[in-house]
Amino acid sequence: MQIEGQAWCFGDNLDTDRIIPARYLNTSDPKELAAHCMEDADATFASRVAPGDVVVAGRNCGCGSSREHAPLALKAAGVGAVIAPSFARIFFRNSFNIGLPILECPEAAAGIQPGNKVRVDFERGLITDLTTGREYVAQPIPPFMGKIIECGGLINYVRERMGKASTNP
Amino acid sequence: MPMTVTEKILARHTGKDEVCPGELVNVRCDVVLGNDITAPLAIAEFERTGAGRVFDKSRVLLVPDHFVPNKDIKSAEQAKILRDFARQQELTHRWDVGTMGVEHCLLPEQGLVGPGDLVIGADSHTCTYGGIGAFATGVGSTDLAAAMALGETWLKVPESIKFVFHGRLGPWTGGKDLILHTIGVIGVDGALYQAMEFTGEAIADLSVEGRLTMANMAVEAGAKNGIVAPDKKTRRWVEGRNQRPVTFLASDPDAVYARVYEFDVTDLEPQVAFPHLPSNVRPVAQAGEVLIDQAVIGSCTNGRIEDLRLAARVLAGHKAHRDVRLIVIPGTQAIYRQAMDEGLITVFLDAGAAVSTPTCGPCLGGHMGILARGERSVATTNRNFVGRMGHPQSEVYLANPAVAAASAVLGRLADPREVVQDAD
Repeated sequence: MQIEGQAWCFGDNLDTDRIIPARYLNTSDPKELAAHCMEDADATFASRVAPGDVVVAGRNCGCGSSREHAPLALKAAGVGAVIAPSFARIFFRNSFNIGLPILECPEAAAGIQPGNKVRVDFERGLITDLTTGREYVAQPIPPFMGKIIECGGLINYVRERMGKASTNP
Repeated sequence: MPMTVTEKILARHTGKDEVCPGELVNVRCDVVLGNDITAPLAIAEFERTGAGRVFDKSRVLLVPDHFVPNKDIKSAEQAKILRDFARQQELTHRWDVGTMGVEHCLLPEQGLVGPGDLVIGADSHTCTYGGIGAFATGVGSTDLAAAMALGETWLKVPESIKFVFHGRLGPWTGGKDLILHTIGVIGVDGALYQAMEFTGEAIADLSVEGRLTMANMAVEAGAKNGIVAPDKKTRRWVEGRNQRPVTFLASDPDAVYARVYEFDVTDLEPQVAFPHLPSNVRPVAQAGEVLIDQAVIGSCTNGRIEDLRLAARVLAGHKAHRDVRLIVIPGTQAIYRQAMDEGLITVFLDAGAAVSTPTCGPCLGGHMGILARGERSVATTNRNFVGRMGHPQSEVYLANPAVAAASAVLGRLADPREVVQDAD
């Protein structure tokens, strides 16, 4: 699985309140959440982000509240991957559980500039900055976790393993 | 093999004699928890599993507390999903307006979590229960959904960091100051994926409420859990409350820690975390002239009776500054009633405070005290991220209840000793 898009860069400790402010948590509809994604970090993000775009963040990405609405908002906004040197643990789990691929890669997080074109190959853990030509190697996403992403999240993965058809959330 | 208290609890819930850091384990959960923000998503995912019924209707705890009493039509619809599900699943424990409380104040108070328990909750401050010697950690809604179906979840056994607090705390410092100071030293990712174990004579002296405050904010250092091994004080606190058998476990003397930090807290001053990170900590005496518009006393961090007593001690005989909105939110109905019986509510009303029914409300910028652009609040809550209590250009200063009360009186960040002269 590969994605390609433009990089959106944020700093260290990008908390889930900034990814989706609590004032919008009176809904769990991913489309509504996507419309306010990153609003307090970059008010133009939601209207300008395109499918396959990549969020490049600093250390401790996704810290704070356990709200699964945060990765859901990013995914529904079209974000194809999140790259950071480290992730807060609840955000890490939530992202895979809802089918948003994330990669730990300090070098890529430091090297990729805003607006650069980026390609991510999840099986190989290969991150290519197409603007500069630089390549970065992250830990590849192991096949079973890749399968969770492909199924669209943990529950669909469970259903598929149980021989039931996937349902959309 | 020697083990830490965290490892011992995890081992007991996997049916193994021992576990070691890094090991992936499937654990049995004593209780699982959700609230009116996270449960609706979890319920939708639970329905999709096809499980039908929850694993144990007495062990699934759904507390509507964030946007409740319903703040608008949309949040009313969300809370209704939780209410309908609780009714339909015939959950043993059901709370609502008039009986509920802020979840992490409520569950220990009602004896639904206790020493030795393993708890996961779709709320990051689930780690609070480490204050009474439970292993408790936050997860997201999908993990909660799976645990509601199976009564199990998978976890990686965390390494533990040991924090030893030597010395004696002063009259105006408590659990909040210890944890803010600690986060200030190690940073907001200083304990990422790890367990924070709090020990030493200052912890032995600390009230159970203060320990709950410390464990509550372990997540603000990135920790998986915070824990104080239960002692006689814990035993006295849980006696008469606990609805299930409890287990008192302690770390072995030769248990292995990733790191050990030692602090002497005898001269520790009341601490304040400046915007916009809980690690941006300095003594309130060095705050400078920071004018405030609002003071919030409450939350899962500092909404317990001891917190209200401390605030009342500072506010007694004083009025909140005329430019400050003082909001006091008892953590549960029982705390509210006790505060009334002890005369604390009268002190708050005399000081010009608004006293609210329990809710998380302003802590997360939900309702009941949202800040406008450029406004500042001192708060006994746990996060001061950008926009946390309202407008993205508002500011939150985290402090203990005495500092919040003193700041409310003087209209600026203030040390309690500026308001109360006769500290013992």
